[in-house]
Amino acid sequence: MASYIGSATSRVDGRPKVTGEARYAGEFNVPGLVHGYVIESTIPKGRIVRIDTSGALGVDGVIDVLTHQSRPPMADKDNAYKDEVAPEEGSPYRPLYDDRILFTGQPVALVLAEDWETARVAASMVKVEYQKEPHVTDLHAERSRAFAIDAPEKPRGDAAKAFASAAVRHAAEYFIPTEHHNPMELFASTAIWEDGRLTVYDKTQGVQNVQKYLCGVFKMKPDEVRVMSPYMGGGFGAGLRPQYQVVLAVLGASALKRPVRVMLTRAQMYALGYRPASIERLALGASSGGTLESVQHEAIAVTSQFEEFARNDTGWGNLLYRSPNAKFEHRLVKLDLPTSCDMRAPGAATGVYALECAMDELAIALKTDPVQLRLQCYSERHQGEDVPYTSKQLRECYRQGAAEFGWDRRNAEPRSMREGSELVGWGMASGVWEALQMPATVRIVLTANGHAEVATAASDIGTGTYTIMAQVAADMLGLPIDSISVKLGDSTLPQCPLEGGSWIASSVCNAIANTARAVRGDLLELAKEMKDSPLAGVGVDDVALIDGKIASKRDATRAVPIASAMQSGNAERITREEANKVDEDKSHARNVHSAIFAEVKVDEELGVIRVTRVVNAVAAGRILNPKTAHSQVMGGVVWGIGMALHEETLFDHHFGRVMNANIAEYHVPVNADIHDIKVIFVEEPDEIVNPLGIKGLGEIGIVGVAAAIANAVYHATGKRVRDLPITLDKVIQFE
Amino acid sequence: MARSGTAKLTTRTASVPEKIPIRLTVNGSQMELRVAPWTTLLDALRDHLDLTGTKKGCDHGQCGACTVLVDGRRINSCLTLAVMKEGAEIITIEGLARNGELHPLQQAFIDQDAFQCGYCTSGQICSAAGLLAEGKARTPNEIRELMSGNICRCGAYPNIVAAILQAMERS
Amino acid sequence: MTPFQYARANDVADAIKQIATDPSAKFIAGGTNLIDLIKYDVEEPTRLIDISHLPLRSIEQTSTGGVLIGAMVPNTDLAYHPIIEQRYPLLARAIMSGASQQLRNMASTGGNLLQRTRCFYFYDTATPCNKREPGSGCSAIDGINRINAVLGTSQACIATHPSDMCVALAALEATVHVAGPAGARTIAFADFHRLPGNTPQRDTNLEPDEIITAIELPPKGFSANYSYLKIRDRLSYAFALVSVAAALELDGDTIKEARLALGGVAHKPWRSSAAEAALLGQRAEATAFARAADWLLHGAKGYGHNDFKIGLARRAIVRTLGQAARGTPQSLSDKKIR
Repeated sequence: MASYIGSATSRVDGRPKVTGEARYAGEFNVPGLVHGYVIESTIPKGRIVRIDTSGALGVDGVIDVLTHQSRPPMADKDNAYKDEVAPEEGSPYRPLYDDRILFTGQPVALVLAEDWETARVAASMVKVEYQKEPHVTDLHAERSRAFAIDAPEKPRGDAAKAFASAAVRHAAEYFIPTEHHNPMELFASTAIWEDGRLTVYDKTQGVQNVQKYLCGVFKMKPDEVRVMSPYMGGGFGAGLRPQYQVVLAVLGASALKRPVRVMLTRAQMYALGYRPASIERLALGASSGGTLESVQHEAIAVTSQFEEFARNDTGWGNLLYRSPNAKFEHRLVKLDLPTSCDMRAPGAATGVYALECAMDELAIALKTDPVQLRLQCYSERHQGEDVPYTSKQLRECYRQGAAEFGWDRRNAEPRSMREGSELVGWGMASGVWEALQMPATVRIVLTANGHAEVATAASDIGTGTYTIMAQVAADMLGLPIDSISVKLGDSTLPQCPLEGGSWIASSVCNAIANTARAVRGDLLELAKEMKDSPLAGVGVDDVALIDGKIASKRDATRAVPIASAMQSGNAERITREEANKVDEDKSHARNVHSAIFAEVKVDEELGVIRVTRVVNAVAAGRILNPKTAHSQVMGGVVWGIGMALHEETLFDHHFGRVMNANIAEYHVPVNADIHDIKVIFVEEPDEIVNPLGIKGLGEIGIVGVAAAIANAVYHATGKRVRDLPITLDKVIQFE
Repeated sequence: MARSGTAKLTTRTASVPEKIPIRLTVNGSQMELRVAPWTTLLDALRDHLDLTGTKKGCDHGQCGACTVLVDGRRINSCLTLAVMKEGAEIITIEGLARNGELHPLQQAFIDQDAFQCGYCTSGQICSAAGLLAEGKARTPNEIRELMSGNICRCGAYPNIVAAILQAMERS
Repeated sequence: MTPFQYARANDVADAIKQIATDPSAKFIAGGTNLIDLIKYDVEEPTRLIDISHLPLRSIEQTSTGGVLIGAMVPNTDLAYHPIIEQRYPLLARAIMSGASQQLRNMASTGGNLLQRTRCFYFYDTATPCNKREPGSGCSAIDGINRINAVLGTSQACIATHPSDMCVALAALEATVHVAGPAGARTIAFADFHRLPGNTPQRDTNLEPDEIITAIELPPKGFSANYSYLKIRDRLSYAFALVSVAAALELDGDTIKEARLALGGVAHKPWRSSAAEAALLGQRAEATAFARAADWLLHGAKGYGHNDFKIGLARRAIVRTLGQAARGTPQSLSDKKIR
């Protein structure tokens, strides 16, 4: 039987998704369901003076309007609100807790009605009076108030001095605006009380995170709360922390003792987390021969007034390039906004954008080919930790990516390539992310009829977790993939971390391997007990499960059908639950890498930019499923195109409001914006990173893409645009 | 004059119009329901008829997730009042498969991995069905343009185009 | 969202009668803009009168050689109609440049004229906006105004009209047929939309108790030399930063007649008789096009973020006129601008 691992397998959850049978958090129409509609603050800072709910309560079909004054009790300590990924510093936001307004869009009331339409019209009859206080929402204006936090990487040598004496220098500031995740599914929760227990269908990337959070906020015991998220319509980081609608749904259900659904509007989702706007300052000093002498990277990013969210923006240079001197600084500016949060490749999408544009500018200053410069600066060891990588096939990414793209036909001179009215630009960049593993436990229930159920509390947010788990389990158990069912998205299932950081595939698949080994051990014991067992005296690692049999690896004729072994031992089912082994070994750096090549065509007079080709060559260890893996990286490239050309949350700082809180004016790429995207997976066997050699793919696809496009725009036009997005009015100075 | 004023607080009354009985033909079945005048076709399908395959992604005609076929044409059900579609023939994602056999577009979306999270997928497939019926798109560029009313945040666009081409070839 | 009553109009006379009895009522046809605005609390009608079933769905040639388009004809039906595709391709291209196919399938011809602005502040009821709340102030003038107008603005309002179809209708010099309590009348397209002045709350000269019944196209369709070029922040499904409708009648390479209209830059599709006159008798080449652009953009004024629109429009006008003169109109699916 051919291996499922590594084969292009169609999604096992494809059918429910293409038929509309897959139900998402806001789609459980249980009997007696009450619909909640959120009323949000129109001011960014101040206090609620008065909420007049009388008009809404007079509407036929309205059951109640909850406010901070009328809601059921909630915990009054910060700790209760700290979820798994809450920033260490600060006090998490408490939904509907008191009269303080911390940001525009904060929920101030929840209308509960027999149907959504009634709740919606009644909401417009609730009157809220505020006492406003002065607010700040502008990173640039508040920049001088930035305060330093611990940078993720330590300094080395004397970076400032080395920069000052470097033969060739490049220093510049880059800017990435606030971006919102905008998953297609609106955030929603359905909270159902049954016999004193609470079941919540929630749009989340971590059912157990939400379960623990709700236990804290509502002082409930773990077995009283169950959180489900069988399908999730996109997360991208927005669903890592519990969002306020889940608290509101539970408040509503507790107040009414009825099931309550709260679904946010698209506009309301702009008051959830966001990728923080950041100013990234790069200073690179090089020898005349084109090797780095000094790397300085400083980031100034946005957080809220009440929590300090930060990710590693600045340290990525340590993973990519050799340099004897380096310095990293991370500063935060507190603004009257919700707390910023993780968004696809947090830190790297922004930090590597700046770093890789700066490397392009340095290559130009050195009159060196951008790929060549990166090869000259290539690091075989993590510069900060001074350790080797478990594997790093980045050189091969550069080589294969460049060959596929045709990079050798590039004329280095800006504005030198054109097709009629369009200037053609070719740019490239590197990408890097972490290859992490987190503790996860998988349960396998093998039944005598040859079916196995594989379960863990992960969420498949579209990444393909259902499918790769089925593939790995099928191989490990020697069963056809159709005989595997995967259960996810239920907090009562075995422990699993949040779906984020690209660590789910490595974590759950290595856990499957361990659990399958335990199942194999049980089967072997059963097989050995059979009369005249051909497997007598064989150890668990000397046998494999293949084609429905347990067989000796050395001699395939020594085999027992799984069904026979189970029947003879009167075992109807074998249930095993094992965890992965998370290596604490610090002797290696664990990373995925990529090289991105982009072609843009820019109308010379009008500045209209088209991204006509992207090649993304990725080295990410073992690729479990080339089909879904391709989609993940391709999706990351689309995100990179959006980041480069389209995405920007526009604030009016006078009002402290997002002005494009919709997806007509917050532009993300549409079909017409996307052309040829070629994804290459470079062979990268890795026996150190984890037993299965899996590195993860969720983030790497976006990293570096915006830089490759920005560099291509420069190559096309001779115009360096450092602040994203690169709109036509930044490319051309129209007069 | 600029920025001098503040938005006026509007006072509203609590008299809410009554619900209206309507009949819709959804996926071949006659449905009778009572809706508010402002109940959209989308909410009627999802909340009143429990046909949750049609998705709400923006509720403002900006994303295409709510696309259904009304009298054979693709429209945004979120901007359509249910009362205005009395007597109309509505096809949703739940009505595309025949006797358990997937519509060629549904199969093509699986074959080409034309989705990840699946939330835009119903709208993409219904939109693609409308596109095939229109018969205006022949080339990949024409498909891209005429499918641009369906946003896919997971970024499956090239595979969506491939899936539509597959369905075109086989039909 | 404000609740509303629903009623159906049986015929045009019934529609006029119904709207006359209720000043807070509004007609609904395609609903693509009105439902959107009702959900955002921007429009607050207490009654919707459904005119979508009125028998105004025909596209017919007139005795004078023009075409009469029923107000309820969906945008796609109009764009794909053989008469429009062959004789008025400028109109077909402009329609297909706007919105998405789903929205074009819903949106009516008459409703397209009555689209309201996409100004961020008009849409955000927590901010002042003279168009939404007369007298409250214009937040866009000192605010986020990258998408706002540079021509025909006032101290009270710098909103733009968002339609693509109307830009072509302006260039083609269509006539709007309306009916009201006092009977039927026609409005020249140039007089249909208004400049904001001190009454930005009024987008058009249609009276509140009137209904659009048809749009009439004159015989001349400029089907040989035309182009519609739309510049936006992504390559489809976005409103115009600047759009240009250009139509020429050429004798050899001499311009005998010219039509030029801009979208995305003013409270109405923007034309200038001086700009079109400046092209007459000229050779169809860039210098003449640039002069016309200067005339058309005469008096343009930016408000900061949108300053670029003036220069962008100038170049786009020259480009579009070039496309029209060459007989190579901008493709809808190939996004390269030739």
